[in-house]
Amino acid sequence: MTQPVLNQYDVVKYSRIYALGAARGDLTVTNDDIAGPIDSSDEWIRQRTGIITRRRASKDLSLMDMAVAASKEAIAKAGIDPQEIGAVIFSTITHPFQTPSAAALLADKVGANPAPAYDVSAACAGYCYGIAQADALVRSGMAKYVLVVGGEKLSDFIDPTDRSISFLLGDGAGAAIVGPSDFPGISPTVWGSDGSHWDAVSMTGSLLEFRDGETSWPTLRQEGQTVFRWAVWEMAKTARKALEVAGVKPEELSALVTHQANIRIIDELAKQLKLPENVVIARDIVTTGNTSAASIPLAMHSLLESGQVKSGGLALEIGFGAGLAFGAQVVVLP
Amino acid sequence: MAFSQAEVLAGLAEIVNEETGIATDSVQLEKSFTDDLDIDSISMMTIVVNAEDKFGVKIPDEEVKNLITVGDAVNFIVSAQG
Repeated sequence: MTQPVLNQYDVVKYSRIYALGAARGDLTVTNDDIAGPIDSSDEWIRQRTGIITRRRASKDLSLMDMAVAASKEAIAKAGIDPQEIGAVIFSTITHPFQTPSAAALLADKVGANPAPAYDVSAACAGYCYGIAQADALVRSGMAKYVLVVGGEKLSDFIDPTDRSISFLLGDGAGAAIVGPSDFPGISPTVWGSDGSHWDAVSMTGSLLEFRDGETSWPTLRQEGQTVFRWAVWEMAKTARKALEVAGVKPEELSALVTHQANIRIIDELAKQLKLPENVVIARDIVTTGNTSAASIPLAMHSLLESGQVKSGGLALEIGFGAGLAFGAQVVVLP
Repeated sequence: MAFSQAEVLAGLAEIVNEETGIATDSVQLEKSFTDDLDIDSISMMTIVVNAEDKFGVKIPDEEVKNLITVGDAVNFIVSAQG
């Protein structure tokens, strides 16, 4: 009896992003609205963060609602049948259930049931992690199309009196459809984590401590100076490495789309990369705030919708945040 | 070659000037970064990283909060040169 030969997936040479979708919180929250509890002012917040308004979701608008809206837009613009989606990846840190995943419900709501679906917890790097996995799934032949969503309702996990991070945060979801391509549309990803700084961006307590009455409702906190140093100077190295592995020179980029953490981080990071003036720097944070995993697709969507960048151009996207987790890749704009 | 206290002060004043626009002669040893020079925590970190580059020293994050005055920073850099 001869040994049977196994079938394996037929690989696909290239992948690309087909389309993006975006949904933001329904409320526009000004600096004056939130300055009181942190004993601050509109001017102080603008100067330190670049934020003029942030978008937050009202109680009745859930994380899932925003994710579904963004996903439906991306699916429609990609012109694909949702039944052809072979995997759904939902990057989020604000899905309010330990289990089941947000991704499984999202897959069902957008017509992708029974696609495999799972959540990714990589905070502000989550979208780039999702794109990296989608690229691998498509090119390995495991999935024809992958729906990647970065979505957060961070306003459920903030403390109005916190001066470290809460006042930066907003709510929204960004979605991308990744699929097979005739040309290279997603570069190798430079990604990683540094758990030696696990506490640099974290929660004020665990759910177990909350259950036992040892802490109030856990909210986000950060060590601002540590994060700033890492986000600018370490991420500049990561960004340069991503350009190198992509085989792209800084002047060949159309856009730099960083995680929208803080305008000071974005501007300093851009300065470190010595980008020429023709490279558009995404600054969606000014009116959206910091939306963690959602911020990169929201910012890229905004650049495309406003005509600041054109489809077919190259964008360096780089996410970085709690973990500390980071991911960067160059993509062809959809 | 180790930098003298005067050289570190002059170099630091240039870095502060570049980051904040504050005149170099306002950057004096007894001045507080926060209270006198109105330098915020993010600008402070940019100054720290540029000072590390310029003087070839390491200034750990946990040390930055102890650098209240320009003199604190100058003294730290001078002694960190070994």
